[in-house]
Amino acid sequence: MSNLDGSLAVDLLSVTLLALLFVIAIAMATLRSLFAIVMLSGIYSLITATWFVVVDALDVAFTEASVGAGITTVLFLAAMLLTSRRAKAEHGAAKIVPLLLVIAVGAVLVYASIDLPGFGDPNSPANTHIGTEYLVRTKPEIGIPNVVTAVLASYRGFDTLGEVGVVFAAGLSVTLLLGFGERALSASVRQGRDKKPQEPQKPEETE
Amino acid sequence: MTGDHHVILRVVAKVLIPIIALYGFYVHFHGEYSPGGGFQAGVILAVAVILYSLIFGIGQTMQAVTPGFARGLAAFGFLLYTAVGFAALMLGGNFLDYDALVDEPPGGHIGQHAGIIIIELGVLFAVAGSMVAIFYAFAGRVTEIRDEDW
Repeated sequence: MSNLDGSLAVDLLSVTLLALLFVIAIAMATLRSLFAIVMLSGIYSLITATWFVVVDALDVAFTEASVGAGITTVLFLAAMLLTSRRAKAEHGAAKIVPLLLVIAVGAVLVYASIDLPGFGDPNSPANTHIGTEYLVRTKPEIGIPNVVTAVLASYRGFDTLGEVGVVFAAGLSVTLLLGFGERALSASVRQGRDKKPQEPQKPEETE
Repeated sequence: MTGDHHVILRVVAKVLIPIIALYGFYVHFHGEYSPGGGFQAGVILAVAVILYSLIFGIGQTMQAVTPGFARGLAAFGFLLYTAVGFAALMLGGNFLDYDALVDEPPGGHIGQHAGIIIIELGVLFAVAGSMVAIFYAFAGRVTEIRDEDW
């Protein structure tokens, strides 16, 4: 990507992808069908991942593609099955206040982004202090080519341990809240024990 | 299991799911050299299981990968990560100091390599187990995902 002659192509690609993200976000805000919204959120993640590739953040792009576009979409679908298929339409203040809030926060963020260093600026704080330190020290100290892995697993190994703890706690909390999912297993075992598999019964709509 | 109008989906999935799982392990063991690592690998492995359950039904999947196994895998991954930390502590280093794991001359990287691969394996187990457990918790509440639900 970065080997393209001149940054014009990259800029065009970025603008196109970000415009697509904008359109998808608007569509998600206006749609009421939950299935369409879930699918659009998956597409949103996939385009975000593509944009991360454009700006050379490959590890982040990989995570976004697998977690955002992959597993989150499936989990949303599974959660959607437990609720209704359409979102309720908002009326009155519930429609206007969030819009105003989003515009205000967006304006603040755009104002703040003026002070950010340019993309890939070698003199930006991120590229002058700790970033260079890791780039210089990874080869003699860890001896692996992927600096991101070196930082994640070795230099910041304790942080990553905490993250794994968070993932584990999340899985544990969801199973504790929603049950362990053995209901389907016992149902299917019961069904298999019968001589003839019955017509799949309608699951109860309410729990 | 309704009619066979999903036959193409089933056949393709049967071919693809082993490749997806294999790719997950590639992402893990190649994480030192290319983008990716235990976290992405764990998600990819979980996706292989979830894809199987979307196509062949959650009951069959739960007989292959039981919910208890998924939860145990998540706990084991977290413990494995912590165990590496304490192993380094026992061998005279700091917590999670991989250099202490292997007795080698200064400048050697075997300890770092081994430590990173093992803790990433712990990340892989924890993430894959947690993701499958979360999916089971949601999808296990409806006995079968019917065609009309999609």
